[in-house]
Amino acid sequence: MIETKNLTKTFKDGEAETKVLKGIDFKAESGEFVAVMGRSGAGKSTFLYLMSLLDEPTGGEIIIDGQEARKMTIDEKTLFRLEKCGYVFQDYALLPDLTALENVALPLLMQNIGRKKAYAQAKESLIKVKLGHRLGNLPSHLSGGEQQRVSIARAVAHKPKILFADEPTANLDNESSAAVVEIFKELHQAGQTIIMVTHEEQYAKMAGRVIHLDDGKIISVQKN
Amino acid sequence: MFFALNLRIGFFLAVRQIKRASLWTTGLIVFVMVLTFLNLVVVSGVLVGIVQGSIDSHRTQDTGDVIVSSLDDKKYIENSPEVIGIIKSLPKVKDASARYRLGGTLEANYKTRKETDKPNIAVTQIIGIDPVAENNVTNISKNIIKGEYLSPDDYDQIVLGSLLLNEDFSFNALFATLKNVSPGVKIRVNANGVQREVTVKGVFESKVQDISRNAYMIDSQFRSIIGRNDGNVSEIAIKLNQGVDPKEVSEALILSGVDEVAKIKTYYEAQPQFLKDVIKTFAMLGNMLSSIGLVVASITIFIVIFINAITRRKFIGILKGIGINGKAIEASYVFQSIFYALCGSAVGLVLVYAVLVPFFIAHPIDFPFSDGILVAPVNQTIFRIGLLVLSTVIAGYIPARMIVRKNTLDSILGRN
Repeated sequence: MIETKNLTKTFKDGEAETKVLKGIDFKAESGEFVAVMGRSGAGKSTFLYLMSLLDEPTGGEIIIDGQEARKMTIDEKTLFRLEKCGYVFQDYALLPDLTALENVALPLLMQNIGRKKAYAQAKESLIKVKLGHRLGNLPSHLSGGEQQRVSIARAVAHKPKILFADEPTANLDNESSAAVVEIFKELHQAGQTIIMVTHEEQYAKMAGRVIHLDDGKIISVQKN
Repeated sequence: MFFALNLRIGFFLAVRQIKRASLWTTGLIVFVMVLTFLNLVVVSGVLVGIVQGSIDSHRTQDTGDVIVSSLDDKKYIENSPEVIGIIKSLPKVKDASARYRLGGTLEANYKTRKETDKPNIAVTQIIGIDPVAENNVTNISKNIIKGEYLSPDDYDQIVLGSLLLNEDFSFNALFATLKNVSPGVKIRVNANGVQREVTVKGVFESKVQDISRNAYMIDSQFRSIIGRNDGNVSEIAIKLNQGVDPKEVSEALILSGVDEVAKIKTYYEAQPQFLKDVIKTFAMLGNMLSSIGLVVASITIFIVIFINAITRRKFIGILKGIGINGKAIEASYVFQSIFYALCGSAVGLVLVYAVLVPFFIAHPIDFPFSDGILVAPVNQTIFRIGLLVLSTVIAGYIPARMIVRKNTLDSILGRN
């Protein structure tokens, strides 16, 4: 499903260079749930952004769903993200001018599946995350937990091949975090491939495999 | 296919951004666009209107809709009675005023001056008219500011333009004027070597300086002064029925052979060349000022969209992150620009055509040489709306493109 070979990322600030990833080899199969852990600055989020084609590596290869990322143009990557990836961000990343339903429907509309079908699919997705009663609400009228559930609904509404989640529970209270984690569990049970960055051990335990990063390298892999 | 999809998504995003934007912000942007629209249409419209007012004055107070005058090498129109007959037989002609015109002098202080005093003489065009016919064409009696207008039997009476009198116009230092002359005062008319004492019956004023320097007498008396009893006149001013194109009548007169004995000009063709030049100059000035207005509007929209896009950079990043095409995001900003431009233009249109144009017609601006109105031809206004929309589209697209082109992840994370 997704594979990285000798993946590196270096940030430059004038003369100064910071090597965040120092050659990561990684592979995740279809239907797998992988948690990425590590202390702050270990390179977890950078690793996730590179795998999810949101950022460009300095070196190495990413092969996702059989396609080599470096051979893809910007537009092809955008289309790939639209059709095959789903994203859940730490801060929900919802569009403030769109209602919950519109936020979820937007990527579906961009896939040109028709307005009615897009809204029906978006509604279904929101009902699955128990927000069927909040369809017309703007993000500003939703709690943090609800916003994150809208974000998950948006990420999976189009049935992506792979779901990337960057610390999805970091800004949530325990109750909301548990609800979000429960959704991830259900998605995984339904066969969704998930790669999730998290700080929290208890949530990482749900994953089939946990990889630990430190100083830009994988230091251990743990199977649950 | 992709293009249409991007437009649809762009429209979807634009509608929601506008719908959920602050009313104050939207109102302010639309207000700026209204001002820009007014700047585009009204400034040049008033400039052209100043000249249009002068053209209208010439038309209504001097030439009529069509003016028939003597050929360049003739003092009068040959066979004038026949020409007048042809003119009056045309169904589209409402009225016609035949005029005798000759240069002459007016003398004021001939009774009181001592041998050492300079005579008080003013040079003028003396025009012999049928007072009723002339009034039907030029409505001159409405412009009388002192005394009265002529009656058909006002023998030895004269009506003077205000610029012939010293008291009425300080600018007259350039021209010799009559001092201490007002209605009831006797003056001498000298024309064609004939001298006649006449009484000033009235004084009229026109925004057209040439007209305000004329003097009018009844035609029967003026004929005797200039010694012409064959009925041949110098010019014939023609007033047409409402809505008739002067060109039609001018062509009809040419077809009748009038052009063999006289020059036939529509009111527009009869305008002095300087007036035509002034029209061109004012139109150019109007366009220059409009261009500045257009640049200001473009910069305003640029700043508005740039700030909007900068503050929404994170959301633009999210849109790109979840797979929304950059072109769709750019289109959303272009649609917003179009919305602002069209709203501004719509409010501006209502203001111009429902308020300003009728207001200026009812209350023309009192400029020294014309009653200025607001000239806003619909075709030109539509063209200016097109320009406004085009410039705002460009001004909206550029900043949106600048922000959309930034790295997706940097935008999401707010990194520079």
